[in-house]
Amino acid sequence: MSELLQQLINGLALGAIYALIALGYTMVYGVLRFINFAHSDVFMIGAFAGYFLARVVPGGSIGAGIVILIGAMAVCALLGVVIEKLAYRPLRGRSTLTVLITAIGVSLLLQNVGQRIFGANPRSFPSIFPVHQFHFGGIVLSSTQILVFVVTLVLLFLLRYIVLHTRIGTAMRALSFNPTAASLVGINNDRVISFTFALGSALAAAGGILYASNYPSIDPLMGTLPGMKAFVAAVLGGIGNIAGAAVGGLVLGMVETTVVGFGGSTYRDAVAFAVLILILLLRPEGLLGKRTAEKV
Amino acid sequence: MLRVENLSVSYGAIRALHDVSFEVPQGHIVTLIGSNGAGKSTTLRTISGLIKSTGGQISYDGAAIKGLPAHEIVSRGLCHVPEGRMVFANLTVRENLMMGAYLQRDAALINKERDYVFSVFPRLSEREKQLAGTLSGGEQQMLAIGRALMGRPRFLMLDEPSLGIAPLLVKAIFQQIVEINRERGITILLVEQNANLALEIATFGYVLETGRVILQDQAAALRSDPKVRSAYLGG
Ligand SMILES: Nc1ncnc2c1ncn2[C@@H]1O[C@H](COP(=O)(O)OP(=O)(O)OP(=O)(O)O)[C@@H](O)[C@H]1O
Ligand SMILES: [Mg+2]
Repeated sequence: MSELLQQLINGLALGAIYALIALGYTMVYGVLRFINFAHSDVFMIGAFAGYFLARVVPGGSIGAGIVILIGAMAVCALLGVVIEKLAYRPLRGRSTLTVLITAIGVSLLLQNVGQRIFGANPRSFPSIFPVHQFHFGGIVLSSTQILVFVVTLVLLFLLRYIVLHTRIGTAMRALSFNPTAASLVGINNDRVISFTFALGSALAAAGGILYASNYPSIDPLMGTLPGMKAFVAAVLGGIGNIAGAAVGGLVLGMVETTVVGFGGSTYRDAVAFAVLILILLLRPEGLLGKRTAEKV
Repeated sequence: MLRVENLSVSYGAIRALHDVSFEVPQGHIVTLIGSNGAGKSTTLRTISGLIKSTGGQISYDGAAIKGLPAHEIVSRGLCHVPEGRMVFANLTVRENLMMGAYLQRDAALINKERDYVFSVFPRLSEREKQLAGTLSGGEQQMLAIGRALMGRPRFLMLDEPSLGIAPLLVKAIFQQIVEINRERGITILLVEQNANLALEIATFGYVLETGRVILQDQAAALRSDPKVRSAYLGG
């Protein structure tokens, strides 16, 4: 029983990180209808931003941890806006394929520039928040896991508030439904798209820091695998669906740790893609996606 | 208030508008009629900045607006209610109206405007919390017009507000259009296939055929014009 609970906690902690990354994929898809493959590398930059910020703001306390977290989120928000402006905006109106290939190019660029600047070798990630282990019966709960839960919950609620109850959030939903109609009510679509990239990239940065805190080692290619899995999570939840991305991340994290729990660690990464294939076969619109034809 | 001169538009190799010129004086309802594919929607979409023209001028309020982005044109009080309504189906009626007021900053004014929209279309107030996608076609048309009103426009372009709506409701909506024009002093450019109705409420009309203005006159004169009668008014 306690083993099952332990699995559940580990699975949720992993899934929460996938969820944070998946939100960026799904929000960008919502407004631009393409998969931003560079998103996983923004996640990586988030971790590195945390690493370097920790040199300036010595971590170890909750206050310092929060400062580093917010700092890294701000760095990535800016990075996301710049990427969109330089790489994607000039291609507005072009075919999705063109933009997708550009996104892959941006992804490779970030990885290569990362390797050039940070070096290809992994660096160990400092403890920016206090570290402690809590034992409840047979269950171990690390402070990093608690951190993951708290940060994810706070960010999810913040995001929910922004998307559902603010002017810009409503504009995001309007634009996602019909960009033409959005511009006809006076929405500056480019500005809303920038905002969406900022939001998604900030969440990816938070994911990067939490991920790095959990596996305390970072390198310029670290984004690839979690990025892919988060993408699967976004599809699992129904691409373009914000609640779906969060649910998809959690589900995927739990599936993955369950597989590990049953002694299948070798297959843990393959499982995500098996899940992807299954959804595409059984429920292409995802768990929370609507069963409607792609709108024109 | 709005002056279009020699406007030409092409979709790739297809020429949709040839040297279209017309004028809408302040305070009037002017209509643009014509059959399917005549270029009516293209004209409106070019004015509102959704598509680029290949030639000609558009001046609004004495300023050239051709080439400005759509959101910029809206901010000048020129609002386009597009063909097919395009309400935000995934938002509630209330949220749709809020989006209509996207450029308005004064909360009190926004509330006042919403009250006005609800007084014009009481049905919308009954369905405030409903998703717009679940409204009937007629209600969606009311919402599309209401949403445009939320932006406090001085000039409204309506593209086929009668499309797909039961005749009785069409009558009611047209009555409201006249009210909006009279009470609010909002100038209106009305595009319609239902030429009968359009010429009834307009002061002046232009007839568009395959991308060209082929006739223009006082609405009353057009209504009795034999050519118009046989081609657009059903004999
Ligand atoms: N996006 C487009 N791409 C290519 N051709 C187009 C496009 N939109 C319109 N056209 C063409 O331009 C011409 C004018 O179309 P437009 O939609 O302006 O007509 P309309 O007068 O509004 O017709 P309706 O009464 O059916 O709405 C038509 O021949 C149409 O096929
Ligand atoms: Mg049309």
